[in-house]
Order: sequence, then C-alpha cells, then structure tokens
Amino acid sequence: MANGSGRPLSPHLQVYRWQYTMLTSILHRATGIALTVGTLLLTWWLVAAASGPEAYATAQGFIGSFFGMLILFGWTFALFYHLANGIRHLVWDAGLGLDLPNAERGAYMVGASSIGLTLLVWIVGLIVW
Amino acid sequence: MAEFALPANSKIGVGKTINAANGAKRAKTFKIYRWNPEDGQNPRIDSYTVDLDKFGPMVLDAIIYIKNNVDPTLTFRRSCREGICGSCAMNIDGTNTLACLKAIEEVAGDVKIYPLPHMPVVKDLVPDLTHIYAQLASVKPWLQSQSPAPPDRERLQSPEDRAKLDGLYECILCFCCSTSCPSYWWNGDRYLGPAVLLQAYRWIVDSRDEMTGERLDMLEDPFRLYRCHTIMNCTKTCPKGLNPAKAIAEIKKLMVVRR
Repeated sequence: MANGSGRPLSPHLQVYRWQYTMLTSILHRATGIALTVGTLLLTWWLVAAASGPEAYATAQGFIGSFFGMLILFGWTFALFYHLANGIRHLVWDAGLGLDLPNAERGAYMVGASSIGLTLLVWIVGLIVW
Repeated sequence: MAEFALPANSKIGVGKTINAANGAKRAKTFKIYRWNPEDGQNPRIDSYTVDLDKFGPMVLDAIIYIKNNVDPTLTFRRSCREGICGSCAMNIDGTNTLACLKAIEEVAGDVKIYPLPHMPVVKDLVPDLTHIYAQLASVKPWLQSQSPAPPDRERLQSPEDRAKLDGLYECILCFCCSTSCPSYWWNGDRYLGPAVLLQAYRWIVDSRDEMTGERLDMLEDPFRLYRCHTIMNCTKTCPKGLNPAKAIAEIKKLMVVRR
C-alpha cells in the first residue's frame, strides 16, 4: 500500500512468525482454490462420460494414471480440510470456541480429521477398487 | 489488491554492527530495524551486542540501555514501562507485543526488533498511527445518548451490564492486534481492524449507550467489519490477553439478530 508520504512500509509477512492461526486460515483459502480447480477435472470427466467411450477412455486414462491419482489424493485432502475447517468457522460464527485454547484445539482437530478422513477414503477406495 | 512484497523504498539492508559487551558473562545481540528520514537511505538492520548484566530483564530495558549508552540515535516510543500506556508496541521475535512486558529471556538467540508490521515508518521503531487513530475516531468511541442524564447522579448500570464491558475496557490501544492481522495488512485502508472493532463493540454493548443501531449501521459494510476472516492473530498476540476476535464475532452476531 503506497502511503504517499515517502515513508517506508514496515515489514510484515517477511518478519511475522508463522502462527497456527495464520496457517489454518491460509490453508482454508488455498484448499478452496484447489477445490475450484479440481471441479474442472470432475467436469471434464463427466463431459467425457457423456461424449462417448473414446473420450471417456482418455479422461479415465489420465485420472487413473499415477499423476492423476496424485491430483485426486490432494483434492480429497482439500475437500476434507475445507469441510472440517468450514465447520470450525460455523462454530465460531455462533460465537463459540473463540478463546485461544479452544481455537488451538480446533486447529488440531481440523488437521487430524482431514488427514484421517483422506486416508480412510483412500484405503476404502483402493480396497473396493 | 494485496501486495506481499515490500515496496522498493522499504527493502531492508544490512546496517552497522556494534559490540558493546566487553568482557560480558551474559552477552546478547539485538538486531534492530533502523530508518532515518533524513539520510535518504533504505531501512537497515543494526546489530548491537550488549551485556545483559547492565540492565533490567525486559526488551524495553535493553533498548533504553542501547539508546543511553551505545547509540543515542535509536528512536522508539515508551512511557509507563509497565504495560498500561501502550507506547512501546513493536514486533519482537516475530510477534507483536509491548517491549516493557517482553522478557529478554523468552527469546532464544538474537532478539530481532521491528516496528509494528505494515505501517508507514516515521523513524526507526516509530510507526505513523494517523490513519488508525482516524479509524478509531470514526466509530465514535464515547458514550452517546438521547435521554438527558439524571440531574442528581451518574447514569447507573447493573453489575450484570457492567460485567459485559470486562475484557473490552482494558484495551490500551497499542495496536499490536491490528498490525498482526493479515486482513488489516491487505485492506487496512478500509477494514477497521481488530483494535478499532473491539472499541466499537465496547460501546455497542454498553447499556448506557443509546446509539447501538447507528453504530451497527456504520459497521454494516463489506470492508469495515466483514474483512475479518477469523484468522485470530489478533487474539494470539494481544499483550493484555484480550480477545478482539470474539468481540468482532459478537458484532457479526448482532448484525444477524437485528435483521
């Protein structure tokens, strides 16, 4: 932000120590963006399924490849993180759990449940597949 | 739009290194942000190594010692030295706090000191608070009423109503919280920030104030209030242990309730 005074701007992101509060917040935004981009992949898959067997095979081939699976794995985590942290925000919007110990506890719960649910879905998915 | 990098005139260089800890048993190095408006140079980091046995236990004791004994040009605000005036708010070891309440012992390694983040710098550790004071004035942080005061006594308040001000009236306006908030960094021109919103809430919940509706009208704005994304850096950093994030959440709740 130019302040028009010729004065320098004091350092901010460059010097502020990373806090779990900042980290969970920026991850929420990052996973939100990842989900939006991931939805394009899902759309491509659905459109391909509707267009015919050849297009579907191309899409399925990419998604079923190692790289495709890696993207899906990241997308699953993004989904569960965004969901769990969204619930945390919902609780906050009700005016609850805003004290520091509970905010920190919430951060750990979101981290653990999103990683746990991601692994669970993939274990179940790979067994069924 | 958020600018994550520092402008060209704000990039920080390396300054001088002064060792003033001759034969000290307990030496400690303080790396301090310096900017002199008169030399036309960019900000720099000066490094002072001093003897911890020469002064008191707090970071403020150290910078007062440096100013008095090592480098009289070092500039910072301070007054009460006991955490009630809010003058010596600065960024120490990566978080915002009051230099007078921050024990040197708590910092492992060199003590890095910067002005409050993302603020125009007047000199060294002194930020320009003009804009944030104007924002404070915009929420009219005083009692407003229509009805005349009782002629023979104060406007009374029940103990329960008075208790609603606990955790709010203690704010000393040091602005550690507002300048710790990434949302305030990126949108501080229009977002009021945690300190000012806590003050706004302090008057909104005051049972003696009769302008609650007008106060909420003023805050009903995508930027002034709703740039708060509950990041919670404010509550994490408050040197007085207050909870601006909670105050802002309460304002948001009132906005919903009054619809």
